[in-house]
Amino acid sequence: MSTAASVPAPRGIIRRPSATTGWLSWFTTIDHKKIGLLYGMSAFVFFIIGGSEALLIRAQLAKPDNTLLNADQYNQIFTMHGLTMIFLFVMPMSAAFFNYLIPLMIGARDVAFPRLNAFSYWVFLFGGLFLYSSWFLGGAPNGGWFGYPPNSTTDPSIGMTFYALGLIITGIASSAGAINLAVTVVNMRAPGMTLFRMPVFVWMGLVVQFLLAFSLPIVTVALFEMLFDRRWQTHFFDPTAGGKPLLWQNLFWLFAHPEVYILILPAFGIISEILPVFSRKPLFGYQFVVFSGIAIGFIGFGVWAHHMFAVGLGPTANTAFGITTAIIAVPTGIKIFNWMGTMYGGDLHFDTPMLMAVGAVAMFVIGGLSGVTHAVVPSDYQQTDTYYVVAHFHYVLFGGAVFGLFGGMYYWWPKIFARQLSERLGKVQFWIMLVGFNLTFGPMHILGLEGMIRREYTYPAALGLTFWNQVSSVGAYLIALSTLVFIVNAVKTQRKPKGLANEDPWDARTLEWTTSCPPPVYNFEEIPVVHSLDEFWHRKYVEDKEGRLVRVPAGASDHAAADGHGAGHAIHLPSPSFWPLVASIGLPMIAYGVLYSWWLVGAGALIAIVGFMGWAMEPSVAD
Amino acid sequence: MRTKRWLALGLLTVTLLLVSCSKDIPQNTMNPAGPTAQTEKNLLVLVLWPAAAVFLIVEGGILLISIKYRHRKGRDRMPAQLHGHTRLEIGWTIAPAIVLAVIMVPTVSTIWQLARQPADAMHVTVQGYQWWWGFQYTDPDMQVGYGDHDPILTADVMVIPVGRTVDLALTSLGGGARTTTGVPDHEVIHSFWAPRLFGKQDVVPGETNHIVFSADTPGVYWGQCAEFCGLQHGRMKFRIRALDEADWQAWVAREKTPATAPTDPLAKQGMDLFLGTGGVGGQCIQCHSIGGTDATGTAAPNLTHFAAATHECFAGCDFETTDTAALRAWLTDPNAVKMGAKMPDYGLTQDQISALMAYLYSLK
Repeated sequence: MSTAASVPAPRGIIRRPSATTGWLSWFTTIDHKKIGLLYGMSAFVFFIIGGSEALLIRAQLAKPDNTLLNADQYNQIFTMHGLTMIFLFVMPMSAAFFNYLIPLMIGARDVAFPRLNAFSYWVFLFGGLFLYSSWFLGGAPNGGWFGYPPNSTTDPSIGMTFYALGLIITGIASSAGAINLAVTVVNMRAPGMTLFRMPVFVWMGLVVQFLLAFSLPIVTVALFEMLFDRRWQTHFFDPTAGGKPLLWQNLFWLFAHPEVYILILPAFGIISEILPVFSRKPLFGYQFVVFSGIAIGFIGFGVWAHHMFAVGLGPTANTAFGITTAIIAVPTGIKIFNWMGTMYGGDLHFDTPMLMAVGAVAMFVIGGLSGVTHAVVPSDYQQTDTYYVVAHFHYVLFGGAVFGLFGGMYYWWPKIFARQLSERLGKVQFWIMLVGFNLTFGPMHILGLEGMIRREYTYPAALGLTFWNQVSSVGAYLIALSTLVFIVNAVKTQRKPKGLANEDPWDARTLEWTTSCPPPVYNFEEIPVVHSLDEFWHRKYVEDKEGRLVRVPAGASDHAAADGHGAGHAIHLPSPSFWPLVASIGLPMIAYGVLYSWWLVGAGALIAIVGFMGWAMEPSVAD
Repeated sequence: MRTKRWLALGLLTVTLLLVSCSKDIPQNTMNPAGPTAQTEKNLLVLVLWPAAAVFLIVEGGILLISIKYRHRKGRDRMPAQLHGHTRLEIGWTIAPAIVLAVIMVPTVSTIWQLARQPADAMHVTVQGYQWWWGFQYTDPDMQVGYGDHDPILTADVMVIPVGRTVDLALTSLGGGARTTTGVPDHEVIHSFWAPRLFGKQDVVPGETNHIVFSADTPGVYWGQCAEFCGLQHGRMKFRIRALDEADWQAWVAREKTPATAPTDPLAKQGMDLFLGTGGVGGQCIQCHSIGGTDATGTAAPNLTHFAAATHECFAGCDFETTDTAALRAWLTDPNAVKMGAKMPDYGLTQDQISALMAYLYSLK
């Protein structure tokens, strides 16, 4: 309806780019789908790097008294493995799914702030590259992803300064992204898309954005204090000058426990989308799944000290946090039971997405059960800081999150690329990964109970830990093999010609499948009007007199998507912009400046300011 | 189907047996040797039963559902569209909550039980350094019989009497370990853990945590630092030797005596080198102490009874004291055998090392 007259004439100093194709357009894109792809591809590269670090760790621990890596190398590698997998793989891979899918699932044309979205991506990428540049500039972070001072603040190598600065940068990316996606979900939903008609994936996305927005400031404070302690000899964590080492632990875990849910809830969302589609039944107990997710988000802020049961908080605090930790198992259990309820009585199609999703549920349960043993505080005195804990959180974060994310990749691949990954290779990957995963992390329960501590670069043969370590190392290489199968699958698939015989290959339920594969840049010809949960499903099926579902004949639905319009011209979309990229380059420059020269800080700040100014001043559309 | 479930149960049992029965695993938490570790293990086992039940119900359920309701070719069935079931939801909210509440009862009471510090306990202050442990016996009857009557001080091996309750005070900066510039160098967080005797407690600079434990039978119990503390975190080990009453009394009596000056000429030469009394050497005493001599350094282990049979390992319990090759390698270049070790390489000649070793081995 809008005519040119109602749009204010574009004003600005510098012309905006307009190309949406070609390699240059990837640097100026503000399309949430392209940014989602950038996030996904970058995160996958970091997954390969972080995985290679894991393989080095397992190679080193494959035999006692091994000298493959020395203590210094090992400490850097295990620290970078953790940082990479958490901040540079699972978080951005989740951001990739959120970016690509949330606007499509709620019937929007883009996120609320498209340029801020591009800025988030570039800041994340530069933050990751900044962290990795430390390998070449004097040594990577070596104090663990948890970075406990005073060890981290007094370590003479430069690594932990890179840690503080790098995490501040990636934190900026996540904060901007969180605000953006939260606003998108709250404000940009299509007509009729009430909160309780949103797919669970969108709900979990919303919860994650709030967790990020409230937890990141806490760790940012801690990281600045660490930076100040290291760079300018302040004494926040220095006990010899009245500082408190435990201050860091409280601040860090008050962020890092919600972070665990930031890592797992996206996968929960994906599982909640996949199970109904492949069971051909609606999600069992939708409201309970949603509210348990919200409950996990809230309670997640009240359990942080269960990472600190052995630091001497005293019996009162240990009792309180033991109880809250037990409580958080309840909403998690509700999710598991509802997923089982979804599958119960269904018509289960075990395509790869379904295998991955069911595998994720089955593996997460094991991590959840070992998690309950951590709530038993006195038993945790034995298990904390041992391989039992390593086993526990890998069952949660690899078993739960990574299986879930792979499931999401297989499920939405046709949507995104208009090609379908090979089912045969997908199943091969799943089974190798499942076996490899359990061989790697299952024995770690035993190793932990047998007294193997975390973060030790070698162990003597006399401890009797050799056998299970060997099993675990073999498993790790099986996981690597399964990842290789995935890469082969992806490459082979992408070589095939574009185009799907059926644009709804899984008989899906949600709005993103109502548009073409891949979706046009404007997502929807017409903004859909939503009438129910599982909107797309209800456009395809109605219940007959006996309550059975029958397919709606084409064109017979009273609210089927109208077609026949032209190919989306007259749809107003913001133009690409290179200012987010410019502004984000300034941040790592400032960080390098903090390490090396105030001049660089000034130059970086100048570039960032120029970027933001250009951003503010540029015309709203390319002319 | 049923066979699979029994298989799973069998596997679980075999795993537990493997963990709990193997004798040659010196840090096995499932093989406790004292009441503290026993209490902690009992609690874990108590939780493992409901956990195993939930495991079987959920994993078995997933497996059963997956098999029973799997899609079969040629059968195009649209399942009943169940949206939920409120009573079921309430059920599986409340049931786990009750199980958890039941688990938390013994948990909470044990938290408080383990935090109790009995008045009649023996007191030892544990000092965490990078990367070795020192033990200071702070009770009044445990002072040495020479010099300023300081508390008995040992490194690497903590000796205790069997059956006696010990109250450990954990400190990160015990003996005032400082570098030459006076900056505390070793003050980082450690965690003190002897798996067969007690669960870990962190050693936090500026705080004093406690562990209360005892050993049921005489023997040697292994332990190590469990909180990441820098380069050699993995090799910051210690041992606890529990002695019966007679051996304990003999040990205390010996610890109270100063080192005796050696008569063997080579050892005498080593002593001069150690103390700097022969005109050369003397660096050792900046950090090490030897009772009854001028060596009073506090930054490194007390070597008064270095070669006593109870002091069975040195340098973070990385090496057996009887291993002469290890001691020679250590003195030749500590950093070559333990990267980052705080003891510098003094460029000693092999002859000087032989003399020092003779002296150290004379310190019974």
